[in-house]
Amino acid sequence: MEFREMTWKAYYYISQIGNFVLQLLWHILHLIVSIYYFVVGIAHVLESNLISSGLWKKYKAFNGGKVRYLAIVVESEEAYQTSRIIKLLLWLEAIGVKYICLYDAEGVMKKSKDAILEELDNVTIFEEAVEKDKLVSQNCMTLEFASLADGKESVIKAANLLFEKYMKLADLDGDQEEKVFTEAKMANALKAIGCSGPEPDLLLVYGSARCHLGFPAWRIRYTEIVHMGSLAYMRYGSLVKAIYKFTMVRQNYGK
Amino acid sequence: MEKMSGRTSQLFRGSVTFLRKCLFNVISIGPIPDHIAFIMDGNRRYAKKQNSAEGAGHKAGYSSLMSMLGYCYELGVKYVTVYAFSIDNFKRRPEEVQYLMDLMLEKIDELLEHEGIINQYGIRVYFIGNLKLLNEPVRVAAEKAMKATAKNNKAVLLVCVAYTSRDEIVHAVKESCKNKRRELQTHLGSKVANGASEGVEEDKKMGLNKGLVIHDAQDDGLEGSEAVEKTDRMLYKGEGNSDDIATRTCKGLLEDAEVREKQRKLPSIKLVDVEKHMYMGVAPNPDILIRSSGETRLSNFLLWQTANCSLSSPAVLWPELGLRHLVWAVLNFQRSYQYFEKKRKKI
Repeated sequence: MEFREMTWKAYYYISQIGNFVLQLLWHILHLIVSIYYFVVGIAHVLESNLISSGLWKKYKAFNGGKVRYLAIVVESEEAYQTSRIIKLLLWLEAIGVKYICLYDAEGVMKKSKDAILEELDNVTIFEEAVEKDKLVSQNCMTLEFASLADGKESVIKAANLLFEKYMKLADLDGDQEEKVFTEAKMANALKAIGCSGPEPDLLLVYGSARCHLGFPAWRIRYTEIVHMGSLAYMRYGSLVKAIYKFTMVRQNYGK
Repeated sequence: MEKMSGRTSQLFRGSVTFLRKCLFNVISIGPIPDHIAFIMDGNRRYAKKQNSAEGAGHKAGYSSLMSMLGYCYELGVKYVTVYAFSIDNFKRRPEEVQYLMDLMLEKIDELLEHEGIINQYGIRVYFIGNLKLLNEPVRVAAEKAMKATAKNNKAVLLVCVAYTSRDEIVHAVKESCKNKRRELQTHLGSKVANGASEGVEEDKKMGLNKGLVIHDAQDDGLEGSEAVEKTDRMLYKGEGNSDDIATRTCKGLLEDAEVREKQRKLPSIKLVDVEKHMYMGVAPNPDILIRSSGETRLSNFLLWQTANCSLSSPAVLWPELGLRHLVWAVLNFQRSYQYFEKKRKKI
């Protein structure tokens, strides 16, 4: 009996030690990763300063207008920093980006829309531009504000529109059914509810992880998604680099 | 000499496996993702790099896939999704498309025949996408594979063929509409069966002749599409909600009471209905999405499901993707785990 107890105790202690060693190794592994990111962070700051100073020729002359539609996804908690958002928009204006969609999951930027527009001149809102058919306006920047409600919920509203059309079909002819539910009809339905923003070419994520945080799924088929880090550490040089990299990308679109 | 080298290579492989198991034991101290998705990009570029035919690139891609799956299931990941073939890929040269279809057929048969990874890990296989777009032999093989592995329940492999996110969304909407319509008709049918009172008779007229009633609305000078367009414009300008508008459009023909009756009868599609009918509804949302070859876009893959998913883009081609890239992606997932948990709780 004693022997059995002893072996059991020994086994117990060994597994406890083993567990402890594994936990220690896990923490060490993550420490190594954190050190790596710290070093990379410093390198990025240096690089960004070099780019902003204009010494790096590669980043001096590129066409910011190649980005036809830019989306900025901001972590909702950071979206309250309206002054930073305005600074970012001014930088984008300087680079030459004309059409921008500002997205955050909770719609914080939507609510501070007026505060943001006040600080910028030569700016229109997307919905107004569409109404006046002025999307090709040269001089001003067009802004769109989006939130989670423009994603899945809009698809549901569009689905209900299509449902109404479907219910109007007098007979359930397979062909007619197919005609009601196509990607084009869905796109029209989305337009009808007012969620008809174009597909962004580039999506910059300002948050702690690289994730699109629920940006309307219908619109990001071929969008390049780049992680810019936290909004609190935004840098002009990193922005330039991200846009420059985008202008160098070549897509096959599946072919 | 040969025996020696055979034994040393066995020893080498054995020790590599042992080290890998140790590494996985350490990583498992932290949270392990439930579901990992892969976009297998870069086979053709790999073949070019190696100066071989395109087919060789795809074959190398397949063996890379098998080893990745092995690592994932060994680590304890329950669901793995791979983007095998997009609807956009049908635009490629017909010879290449045919080659890929043949390769898929060959590999599906292989998967089922031998005592491979499927049996080792008890994997259930799903083929996700618009299978009607595939040619007959591939579709039949896919359905056979799904049936054969239906009883496996330890892990799940979702292979996306003839898939794009937009097609998936439209399909899910179509299925929910068809479902709702069927529900409506059986519901009204049962009401009639419960003995007719005048009110119920009217219901019947409303319900089963609904098509007719609304058809009449179309005859009322407004063409079907015009009526919808008018509705659309009013909705766009924000004048009232959809129920309201449907009412106003039909008003010319129906009495107010009947209209209100109709309004109550038309149930709406909800988010749960659509999500239930998604092809990917058989698995939870992915925790990590890895796209090889360093491209940063999703290319119409899982756009709906990746709202809170950590996206990883290692800059190596798919056949060159290795254990270290997977480990890196999982470590990053563990770093942002608390952040994503908070996000998921909010939704």
